[in-house]
Amino acid sequence: MKPAPFDYVRAATLAEAHDVLAAEASDAAVLAGGQSLVPLLSMRMARPKVLLDIMHIAELGGIRVENGAIRVGACVRQAELLAWPELATHQPLLAQAVPWIGHWQTRARGTVCGSIALADPSAELPLCLLALGGEVTLSSKQGRRGMKADEFFTGLMSTARRDDELIEAASFPCRRPGEGFAFREFARRHGDFAIVACAAIAMDNSVRLAVGGVADRPIVREFDGAGDEALAAFAKELDARDDLHATADYRRNLVRRLGRIAIDEARRCRV
Amino acid sequence: MPRLSADAGHAVRLTVNGRAMEGEAEPRMLLTDFLRHKLGLTGTHVGCEHGVCGACTIQIDGAPARACLTLAVQADGAHIRTVEGLAPEPGRLSVLQEAFRRHHALQCGFCTAGILMSLDWYLRQTPEPSEAELREFLSGHICRCTGYVPIVAAALDAAKRLRETGEGK
Repeated sequence: MKPAPFDYVRAATLAEAHDVLAAEASDAAVLAGGQSLVPLLSMRMARPKVLLDIMHIAELGGIRVENGAIRVGACVRQAELLAWPELATHQPLLAQAVPWIGHWQTRARGTVCGSIALADPSAELPLCLLALGGEVTLSSKQGRRGMKADEFFTGLMSTARRDDELIEAASFPCRRPGEGFAFREFARRHGDFAIVACAAIAMDNSVRLAVGGVADRPIVREFDGAGDEALAAFAKELDARDDLHATADYRRNLVRRLGRIAIDEARRCRV
Repeated sequence: MPRLSADAGHAVRLTVNGRAMEGEAEPRMLLTDFLRHKLGLTGTHVGCEHGVCGACTIQIDGAPARACLTLAVQADGAHIRTVEGLAPEPGRLSVLQEAFRRHHALQCGFCTAGILMSLDWYLRQTPEPSEAELREFLSGHICRCTGYVPIVAAALDAAKRLRETGEGK
């Protein structure tokens, strides 16, 4: 359980990071908090030639509200977002979901954008970004581009990020008047990977439900009524997977049960 | 922007338990191995080596974290606290350590260093935790001996004594 050899570069500026990625492309891996990448290195599931540490790039720090969204820089750790005093006011869904990510001891190091970059199908932050219709800011030597979450997540642990790009920030839309939010997750133990996670956003005439842990990426659906039948039809359509934790049918059943609870709670929480 | 090459050792300088320390590490060396093999601080234990068991938990820049999920080169310049830094002086245990002894909160002791480092931090943040909060917090640690009951009892007792003595700050 020791990583294979790699070079290590600690970038001090964004421009330096772009240079490394432009030169190394797929031979480089971006290291932020390392809470997923380091075990992948140790298990030798990842074998980059160069590790690019971005945690000392001052431009990538900070949480701020910008254009109606919470912009979270690439160096912001999950614990820092959770401790941000304005989180529950600006986006209750994140305030509810972030405590479900791993444990205190991993949230202290793991970053928000790192989890989004990894795109684990059972992870909470990709689910929230998709549910809220958020976006990521990608940048490289070629320039900068924004990309909506539904275009960004392309499959199991895969995203539309090019090898020469890094995520500069993730933007989660702030709550708007009339919206209500709820988050529900089922796992064997708190802190385990979600078997199913549901994020619900209730609006004036509709409700949006996003589910994680079921398919190869988080899936979102907007409903007008969201009665039990519509929810059951949605669960049935999901490309659910079997694994040693749960069967596909069990996951679909959880979507019906947790989805119902989350939708009803989100409606009650509308303000 | 220096590039540290894979096949050479590089100086890593950090502060451990208030003392400036230095050792050599290849980029791939985990902080657990650096602490144990390069600095001789074997109180930090290596369990699963992929972030699940919590045995290697230390405090990095004031927050509990897995040493096995951190590279030594990442920790260059960091302030680190390990279990060796808990006792106020040789021959005297901290309030938390004393509570672990009183409640028999360990049997084999393999997980203990990590749990102590987590709880040391948590009880300073949360001086009056409920049992449910403590259990949720401890979900980041695996103990296969105790069944957790004496660990929770020791933590509650330590929290009470720290409140009474004001030593928790």
